[in-house]
Amino acid sequence: MTALTFSLVVGAISALAGFLGALTGLGGGVVIVPVLTLALGVDLKYAIGASLVSVIATSSGAAAAYVKEGYSNIRIGMLLEIATTIGAVLGAYLAAFTSTHIIAIIFGLVLIQSAYQSLASSQSEADNLVSSDRLARLLRLGSNYPVRGNRQEYGVQHVPAGFGLMFGAGALSGLLGIGSGAVKVIAMDRAMKIPFKVSTTTSNFMIGVTAAASAGVYLSRGYIDPRVAMPVMLGVLAGAYLGTKVLVHAPVRTLRIVFGVVIAVLAIEMIVNGITGKV
Amino acid sequence: MDDTRLEGFIGNLLRAGVLLAASVVLVGGVFYLALHHADSATYRSFALESSNLRNLVGICKSAAHLNSLGIIQLGLLLLIATPVARVGLAAAGFFLERDRLYVLISLIVLAVLIFSLAHGT
Repeated sequence: MTALTFSLVVGAISALAGFLGALTGLGGGVVIVPVLTLALGVDLKYAIGASLVSVIATSSGAAAAYVKEGYSNIRIGMLLEIATTIGAVLGAYLAAFTSTHIIAIIFGLVLIQSAYQSLASSQSEADNLVSSDRLARLLRLGSNYPVRGNRQEYGVQHVPAGFGLMFGAGALSGLLGIGSGAVKVIAMDRAMKIPFKVSTTTSNFMIGVTAAASAGVYLSRGYIDPRVAMPVMLGVLAGAYLGTKVLVHAPVRTLRIVFGVVIAVLAIEMIVNGITGKV
Repeated sequence: MDDTRLEGFIGNLLRAGVLLAASVVLVGGVFYLALHHADSATYRSFALESSNLRNLVGICKSAAHLNSLGIIQLGLLLLIATPVARVGLAAAGFFLERDRLYVLISLIVLAVLIFSLAHGT
């Protein structure tokens, strides 16, 4: 394969990954890593490095549009970023010493559970709407988001549980070069009872900051190769832009189904790669 | 200054940062493909690339010499810097809102990011 063919093929795949990433809040990395390694035979380290770059591009590119729509919550995002960035730095350092296939298998099992939950609850159209508990009121995390032209108030609960899950999400992000948007959405949607659309968009918003926390370590280790990262970044940006356009008009139920199926595919990829020692 | 205006500013910053980074990467990429389009592209085994492309000073030097890979790496550095700048701007915005708690929270996140970037590169 010539450099030109490689760039075009990787660019097209990355555009699709960026589209799915923006649509689900997962980031592009979950599709980039398996496709680059399994289909194109790229070394996992380069794939992880390019994935991390794609994760920053997806998050920042899509967030610019979400912020204007009024879905993402900057206070929730910033507070939880303390947990994700510290987790990401530790994860990036640990990557050199830990057997990642064992972690990949555990992560895959966790994802199967959340894929099941996401698909099982897809019957319900209702978003979480709770009143804030004491700590969330103290941190002024509750806000409002647009529902059919009106601003709907929502509350936040169980901040410590969400914070703990976010630390785990950051560590996985640093370890595997993914955005771990799935865990972030679970932490907000399931644990903290935040409405689904607010959870996915705030997750997307946080992913870039989390990934930036491990990018320095990746760069100095040589994981970020410009010849691989260039088509990935440009493709992902184009796809993420399209994904953002679709999300704003998508119903919650469809989102949950798309989300569940993507997580299920990701889970199988993670487990198979973990068992065969590829991750 | 309220949260809505602050989020608007941040949205614009993110868009500008990503567009700038993407433009630099695109210029470097076109440059690279113009010179190397027929090169064999196999990345099957990991080989540590030149240290010029793995740290801030080296990347700036190769970009200044119009090395196509150096230009791409410079664009990627700009991309990495975008969320960092976002956290800095959020801290400034919360300061203008006189929200001390969230200024502190933003500064903690900023400190973690700067620590990792300074340590890594």
